[in-house]
Amino acid sequence: MATLTLREIQKSYGSLSVIKNIDLEVADREFVVFVGPSGCGKSTLLRMIAGLEEISGGDLIIDGQRMNDIGPADRGLAMVFQSYALYPHMTVRQNMGFALRLARVPKAEREKKVAEAARILQLEPYLDRKPGQMSGGQRQRVAIGRAIVRNPKIFLFDEPLSNLDAALRGQMRIELARLHEELNATMIYVTHDQVEAMTMADKIVVLQAGVIEQVGTPLQLYHHPANLFVAGFIGSPRMNFLKGRVTGLDGTGLSVDLPSGARVALPVETATVGTGDAVTLGLRPEALRLDPQGPLGGTVRLVERLGGLTLIHVDLDRDGPVIVQIEGSDGTAPHQSVRLGVDPAAGQVFDGTGKALPHLVRHPLTH
Amino acid sequence: MRSSLTAQLLIAVLGWGIALLMFFPIFWMVLTSFKTEGAAIATPPQLIFAPTLESYAEVQSRADYLSFAFNSIAVSVGGTVLALAFAIPGAYAMAFHPSTRTRGTLLWMLSTKMLPPVGVLVPIYLLFRGAGLLDTRIGLILIYGLMNLPIVVWMLFTFFKEMPNDILEAGRMDGAKAWGEVWYLLLPLTLPGVASTGLLSLILCWNEAFWSLNLTSSAAAPLTTFIASFSSPEGLFFAKLSAASTVAVAPILVFGWLSQRQLVRGLTFGAVK
Repeated sequence: MATLTLREIQKSYGSLSVIKNIDLEVADREFVVFVGPSGCGKSTLLRMIAGLEEISGGDLIIDGQRMNDIGPADRGLAMVFQSYALYPHMTVRQNMGFALRLARVPKAEREKKVAEAARILQLEPYLDRKPGQMSGGQRQRVAIGRAIVRNPKIFLFDEPLSNLDAALRGQMRIELARLHEELNATMIYVTHDQVEAMTMADKIVVLQAGVIEQVGTPLQLYHHPANLFVAGFIGSPRMNFLKGRVTGLDGTGLSVDLPSGARVALPVETATVGTGDAVTLGLRPEALRLDPQGPLGGTVRLVERLGGLTLIHVDLDRDGPVIVQIEGSDGTAPHQSVRLGVDPAAGQVFDGTGKALPHLVRHPLTH
Repeated sequence: MRSSLTAQLLIAVLGWGIALLMFFPIFWMVLTSFKTEGAAIATPPQLIFAPTLESYAEVQSRADYLSFAFNSIAVSVGGTVLALAFAIPGAYAMAFHPSTRTRGTLLWMLSTKMLPPVGVLVPIYLLFRGAGLLDTRIGLILIYGLMNLPIVVWMLFTFFKEMPNDILEAGRMDGAKAWGEVWYLLLPLTLPGVASTGLLSLILCWNEAFWSLNLTSSAAAPLTTFIASFSSPEGLFFAKLSAASTVAVAPILVFGWLSQRQLVRGLTFGAVK
């Protein structure tokens, strides 16, 4: 059992406030990812949980116990650092056993736990090497092994994959997901990479400028982002944003007129907007399709063919550039005039303050 | 960057020139110690002469070299250990847990080295007299330790700064308290730097003369006092003085020669990493 509660957590350096009143619940065995652009405070928040940064205000509660003033070693957490932070003068075996040695665990038991972690991480052949003689991926595994050996209540990961190359990163992602499954542990993971967040998290916490923008499952954030920031941050290629005005609303949604005169109707709640209000239309690349009868018209600027997917960059007449994602290989050529259709169930509307109007059609996997 | 042959040649000549210039006094001192008193003061100076050991015999008969040498070793090692014992925790705190006053503290420590020691001679002398520390090895160890503390703190501080904080934080997460961090992680990883700091401190202590001359007379007198005792009121006996100086600096010269690799490695620690 390991749960974590943050209650009005704050961090400030003098008058500069970097974490502002954060409330969060992390359930037992949950894989939670903090994601956000650099400088959003996600690493600071993780370090505050770890005990490496002082908490300026609020309560940090682990398993029902307030931990603000408990030292990092006594919180029962383990952390994997971005730089791995292995002890360069110790062998892999000594690195992994260091915490147990400090805790005066008898040698035989220490060896057993190190061997067990080495087995899980397939590090057995390297136990007597020093970190300097290992590759980046292997060092990363040693850093994880060092955390496993401690059998912590919660694993903390601070951008652990960002020093690895793309192929290795994909592999380690799968390995970490497997590890989470196998160890049945609560994990908190910090990254700026939304792909890591989407693929591994049970729950994503999107942070910006020290504030939580949204908390939810990956699919909730993807299909029902709370605001423009989350909508733009989650998803690749990025969501298309088009400026428009509300021209009509009723119980089934509203219609938006774009500068070109095109009209798009979307099923969203209309309680907080009125006719004539400026809004932003959010359309994921896969919510657009080539459709000779479609309401949007434009010229193809560029086509990216990925084989299984085709990304068509279109400059809409007067409405701005968009990206259209089509399954399979498509023959559309640059400079061609096209018309685009919209899937209303996948479209979002954001009001003047950037807040999303709740969708009337919820994605079936986001309940 | 590739320099031309002439430039390399010039640098080589310059390097040798400076080295010879710096080594010459030591060379002359050693040479003089093997001369007779007459030959030592002959003009023009003699480069070729019949070497003799009579000055060394005379020196040993007048004073017990080994007792002075023992004092030198004791106070140098003692002063260095004392300085390191205080400087390691101090430099650790300033390097890894700096406060707004850390910079000021460092500069203030350095500023104490700008004061001429003779300015505090009288108060220190009186304190030592009152505490019964005059002519004791403990007294000299205290003075030497304090005298080298600023430079030892500064050197350790720069070496510690090179150490990635992540590694210490990982240690903290693994359960290391401050002492554990220092003992298991910081010291092993900055050992070249700590060693060269210690070596430098040893050399400075060994060569120190001002405090040893003023605060010791016989029981705790190190080799610097031993040398000084040969410049007597009856006049300077250059051959004997040179013989005394040679036997006094010989140990530290040999020591410096053996540890030069370590010293250079330590002093360029950050640059080559």
